[in-house]
Amino acid sequence: MSANQGGEIRSFGKDDYKVVGTRPIRHDGTDKVTGRAIYGGDTRLAGMLYGQVLRSPHAHARVKSVDTSKAEALDGVKAVVTGGDLPVTSADEIVDLGEGPARIKHLRDNVLATDKVLYRGHPVAAVAATSLHIADDALDLIEVDYEVLPPVLDVLEAMKDDAPLLHDSITMQDLGEDTGKKSNIASRSLHELGNIEEGFSKAQVVAETKVSTATVHQGYIEPHNGTAVWNADGHITIWSSTQGSFTLQKQVAAVLGVPISKVRVIPQEIGGGFGGKIPTYLEPTAALLSRQSGHPVKLIMTRADVFESTGPTPGSYIKVRMGADSDGNLVAADAYIAFESGGYPGCPVGAAAMCVFACYDIPNARVEFFDVVVNKPRSFAYRAPGSTQVAFATEKVMDELAEKLGKDRLDLRLQNTAAEGMRRSDGLVYPRIGCKETLEAMRHHDHYKAPLAGSNSGRGVAVGYWFNVGLKSAVTASVNNDGTVQLVEGSTDIGGSRTSIAMQFAEALGLAAEDVNPMVGDTSTIGYTDVTGGSRVTYATGWAAYEAAQDVKRQMIERAAKVWEVGQDQVEFEDGTFRTTHNSKSMTFKELAGRIGDTGGPVVGRATVDPASGVGGSFAGNIVDVEVDSETGKVEILRFTVFQDAGKAIHPSYVEGQMQGGSVQGIGWALNEEYFYGDDGVMANSSLLDYRVPTALDLPMIDTVIIEVPNPGHPYGVRGVGEANIAPPPAAIASAINDAVGLQLCELPMKPDRVVAAVGQDALAVGGGS
Amino acid sequence: MSKIHVQCTINGEPTEFLCEPRQSLLEVLREELGFTGTKEGCNDGNCGACSVTLDGVLVDSCLVLAPEAQNKEIATVEGLASADGLHPLQQKFLEHASLQCGICTPGFLVASKALLDANPNPSEHEIRHWLAGNLCRCTGYDKIVRAVLDVAGS
Repeated sequence: MSANQGGEIRSFGKDDYKVVGTRPIRHDGTDKVTGRAIYGGDTRLAGMLYGQVLRSPHAHARVKSVDTSKAEALDGVKAVVTGGDLPVTSADEIVDLGEGPARIKHLRDNVLATDKVLYRGHPVAAVAATSLHIADDALDLIEVDYEVLPPVLDVLEAMKDDAPLLHDSITMQDLGEDTGKKSNIASRSLHELGNIEEGFSKAQVVAETKVSTATVHQGYIEPHNGTAVWNADGHITIWSSTQGSFTLQKQVAAVLGVPISKVRVIPQEIGGGFGGKIPTYLEPTAALLSRQSGHPVKLIMTRADVFESTGPTPGSYIKVRMGADSDGNLVAADAYIAFESGGYPGCPVGAAAMCVFACYDIPNARVEFFDVVVNKPRSFAYRAPGSTQVAFATEKVMDELAEKLGKDRLDLRLQNTAAEGMRRSDGLVYPRIGCKETLEAMRHHDHYKAPLAGSNSGRGVAVGYWFNVGLKSAVTASVNNDGTVQLVEGSTDIGGSRTSIAMQFAEALGLAAEDVNPMVGDTSTIGYTDVTGGSRVTYATGWAAYEAAQDVKRQMIERAAKVWEVGQDQVEFEDGTFRTTHNSKSMTFKELAGRIGDTGGPVVGRATVDPASGVGGSFAGNIVDVEVDSETGKVEILRFTVFQDAGKAIHPSYVEGQMQGGSVQGIGWALNEEYFYGDDGVMANSSLLDYRVPTALDLPMIDTVIIEVPNPGHPYGVRGVGEANIAPPPAAIASAINDAVGLQLCELPMKPDRVVAAVGQDALAVGGGS
Repeated sequence: MSKIHVQCTINGEPTEFLCEPRQSLLEVLREELGFTGTKEGCNDGNCGACSVTLDGVLVDSCLVLAPEAQNKEIATVEGLASADGLHPLQQKFLEHASLQCGICTPGFLVASKALLDANPNPSEHEIRHWLAGNLCRCTGYDKIVRAVLDVAGS
């Protein structure tokens, strides 16, 4: 087989590109397979100290005092800091993280707590020493006096009036109005479209479900890290694995109370993020330790720190009710969504509300949603944040409606598919989208018709959505005199994106992908660029590369005109060759590049974008076959096919990779992964195997079908593909389990003991079990 | 704390270093000797990012104390390629797009080489079983397994 042969692609758009749609080897590939690529944790600087962070052993406590004197006295310890070393921040200041704002005070208190700790793992102090082990020893010498408070760990418990309160300063915002009432409910919000009472009155069939989903972690293999130098001149340099150098720069400056111009962030290669490496955790602390010690300081989290103190995506409680008329047309939908934000508010429940009914055309809808604080780490984005939880509920209801109506599950979805011009309950009107094409590809795929293998096996389907974002990106491109190009872009590369950006540049100028050498700039070497998140990089930074190529083209036409002594309007450019309009003279891009030195000097193209509209949302769907062992409760994935609308797959292998990776994270979320807490709020499974991310042995091959419904809002039709793929798997697997054994599992994860319990209850309910 | 003197070979080169008894081989490789291609993902033997071989045996270097390397032959990802070019596994990982962020890649390459050294023609199941000690969160393993199958078949 040809090595680059990939999965199936169904294109509804232009297909005659030279570079776009091919599968070149990624530019950073050799560095990454030889171990030469430098990740954040690999940073080494002369005189560098190693730091460690002391974290709260309690899920909820008041910090009465912190005594660091014994730690400071230990040989080799060069600095010790506590929350008191960070400047006090007003409660109202906001920093934009790209995929959502955060309150600086909350970020600051999350970096180093002062009066209260709100989750097990909350940082309280930090040490820098000449070795990691001395820093470790020093942590044991820090004495913290805690007044332990009762924790609240469940969203519904936290919403009760008599629940332990996490914050004195949080009063519930009800539909944007401050109620003045102290509460763990930070906000209640509502989207309404049409009139659901009228809608449900027309319904012939109604189905509803109540589901809960566990807290889960992004699970990137590289732990958080941060290295800082705080120079005597006040300039701070940060080396870190971050999803956004400029976003990190903003946060570090805000938390430390210094001007942004004093902070330079040099992004290192990043070992996964999935949304979890947008917020700052370690960098301000490393900077404080550097200022105090006069040395560079490197901090790296342990794996337990990563689980207990970063990331997770909210656990949730969701109710969904939907109604259809006798023909199967959806007439009304109602959702209640409560999300655990963790120790501080601001979780992506609003995104969940946008996604809950996003796949369907429903004239009357109501979505009520709550942002609730609990004694868990402050939740942050995780791949299509919020969409997986709500898809689990909505898709379950869609299956039940299909059953009640006697319709095929995919036919009912196709009948009600979202399409261009439809208004969603949050107000957005869809541009051209590929929901229908994705569903049709599923409906007609041989997997959907194939006989089921195995015993106790079943087949499930589900679809999900992510809206994707645009945001700001910058690219510069310097032409070398051999006709190659040095391209600098601002998006940290989390999965091969520098190549997809370079390919878009190359396509625009008729170059080969290998002729463009992309690199990720830092906050001093490239223009402002937002986070690598929201599936935006190939879309927006790729678009900036396309525009930078247009700038290069314009300048090169000037040079050609100069060489040929003709007007610029007499020069044309096509397929990598400049020609006079009457075709009497021509030069390839490479030939002309050889002349730039004597026709005016360097040619540097530049472009920035901030797409206000044109962002194309992406739909993904799964067909999955499972086998259920009703004795052990183990659910085996027999076959899995993922479908997703990519708009245009720039590098199909990496699009497939996103689809496969997102699917497997969704499979883990469906079957194994959860934060397992004791009543004291201590996570009992803070290691990768106890938390149980999927291994290679748990999975079959993940078959892919790329759908290409071009996004009219991008030069090549790109839609971001990073996220929608994680939304359907738990719903699809629940659908398959139901198909296999006739059980509706309403809690994630659908782990063996839950399956066994459900099988047992079912057997008892029908008089079995004897 | 007095340090221990250790002699070993790393990727065929005779090497000696001083370490504390409590330092892991991973820590010494990365922080003392500069072999940062070997990655740390968990430091508790769960993820396989720090995979190296010790006298040909695949180990998590975070679970090996540095003094245990005495008189051992250590092979890391840095030793896979030669002046002639990439190892076939490295080449196939690139061709199959078997990496996204790449942090787990050195561990997968070292583990895959150890597999092929022991079993030159493994089945898909044997590959999945062998690589179950290496976690990847980006790829869903599909393209990793295909790359190893491709090398095994050629």
